[in-house]
Amino acid sequence: MGNKRNLWAKIWPPAVTLAALLALWQAAVTWGGIDPWLLPAPVSIVQEAIAVWPRLMDHTGATVRLMLIGFAGGSAAGFGLAALLHLIPWLRNVAYPLLVLSQNVPIVAIAPILTMLLGWGLLPKAILVGMVCFFPITIAMLSGLENPDPQLRDYFRMIGTGKWQLFWRLELPHAIVHLFSGLKIAASYSVLSAVVAEWLGTNKGLGAFMLISSKGFQPDRVYAAVIIIVTLSLLLFGLVALAERLLIRWRPGSGELTK
Amino acid sequence: MHTGTADDRMALKAERIRKRFGNGDAAKEVLGGLSVSVGKGEFVSIVGPSGSGKTTLFKIIGGLEPPTEGEVWIGGKKTTGERGHISYVPQQSALLPWRTVAGNIELSLTISGLDRRTAKRETKEWLARIGLGEYADAYPHVLSGGMTQRVSFLRALLAPQPLMLLDEPFGALDALTRLQMQQWLTSIWEESRRSVLLVTHSIEEALYLSDRVIVLSASPAAVLEEFAVPFPRPRREALWTEPAFNAMKQRIYELLRQP
Repeated sequence: MGNKRNLWAKIWPPAVTLAALLALWQAAVTWGGIDPWLLPAPVSIVQEAIAVWPRLMDHTGATVRLMLIGFAGGSAAGFGLAALLHLIPWLRNVAYPLLVLSQNVPIVAIAPILTMLLGWGLLPKAILVGMVCFFPITIAMLSGLENPDPQLRDYFRMIGTGKWQLFWRLELPHAIVHLFSGLKIAASYSVLSAVVAEWLGTNKGLGAFMLISSKGFQPDRVYAAVIIIVTLSLLLFGLVALAERLLIRWRPGSGELTK
Repeated sequence: MHTGTADDRMALKAERIRKRFGNGDAAKEVLGGLSVSVGKGEFVSIVGPSGSGKTTLFKIIGGLEPPTEGEVWIGGKKTTGERGHISYVPQQSALLPWRTVAGNIELSLTISGLDRRTAKRETKEWLARIGLGEYADAYPHVLSGGMTQRVSFLRALLAPQPLMLLDEPFGALDALTRLQMQQWLTSIWEESRRSVLLVTHSIEEALYLSDRVIVLSASPAAVLEEFAVPFPRPRREALWTEPAFNAMKQRIYELLRQP
């Protein structure tokens, strides 16, 4: 009960602010003399979205597929890579600088190269999304694997715990908390990079839809796509946060009695 | 080779342990060739000024650090540089926060070589016996400092290794809890009579708990003197007020105060 009231107290200020901003926006366009092709009003964006809803959902479906494949693949690769680099220290010294380097190549530059190599299908775009996603996961996981409480590490080594058991019992569980902060960043990146990938070469997906709409002077459709992209990003983030809460139940706080 | 019967009766013999860190001019000798032994079923304490290398000594006995010179014998076998021959109670409890109280104990016991079923049964039985039965399935963060150290001690007590190392197990507790824990520890120990080596800052604690007290000098640590503690067991709280107890305490204090 107290929790519900708390939640409500948290929700209403931003909700009211958002509603006020929307009303202001609508008023500015309706009475403020802003050209609708420059900035469409919220109401007309919604009207347009409803009008092209089936097409919009088609494109959304394509983007969701790309984003999920890239996110899942990138996360798996990031997870595996972190474990590998952690368990083989010399490999870490070799590969870590290359990893950082890989993140300094802008994705708009990688995309045409991938298209050149792998064509116009789903694969090069999924790889692009995966490349963007794996990095925060690898970095977060690695730092989690490297620094469990030294007291715990000493204790377990003292009683004779081997390298593998130390990894499974101490380092990996400890890294899970870090993994989730990496996953949250990757979740937001995955939507963004999926849209960019679609800009660069396809006629399916929200990215392509935005490009076509903006060239066709239909800004309300561009805005409708933006709203869906933001929603997708929030949804994926929320799913990761939910998974985190379900998986990490041991953490202190959240109404549980302490000490 | 011939090993004498005297060796077989020793739970621990650390002989002429010397430890230097660094090389050349920057080298610092922490342990100056000291010998420490614990008989089977004997409770031995080490007291010494802070920075006298007590933790380093433990790391050498536990096999985490190799000694520069000297040998470690546990249970009549040479174990210098080998891990897994001791059970250990660290300064901070070192419980995995993502495992339940029972889960933590069971994990350590299986690492120490017990089979899973025995570990489970013993854990359940003993948690109930020390009055923490209802916390078996709770996570460590709900325990108080004293309860946490009880769990940590129980975990070491149930391990099959005959020698227990206690590294200032009550150092982080408040004075009252510390007193209760000392009484609790003697009562449990007097039943089980394991071989124990305890490191502590507190002279009273050493005298109250031990059969023998070893006083170390400041760095590089050497044995200043050893005291057999003559008070009969079971030890009672009233011991603290006895003149003989305080006379010994005073002597050790004088010894430690020497520059």
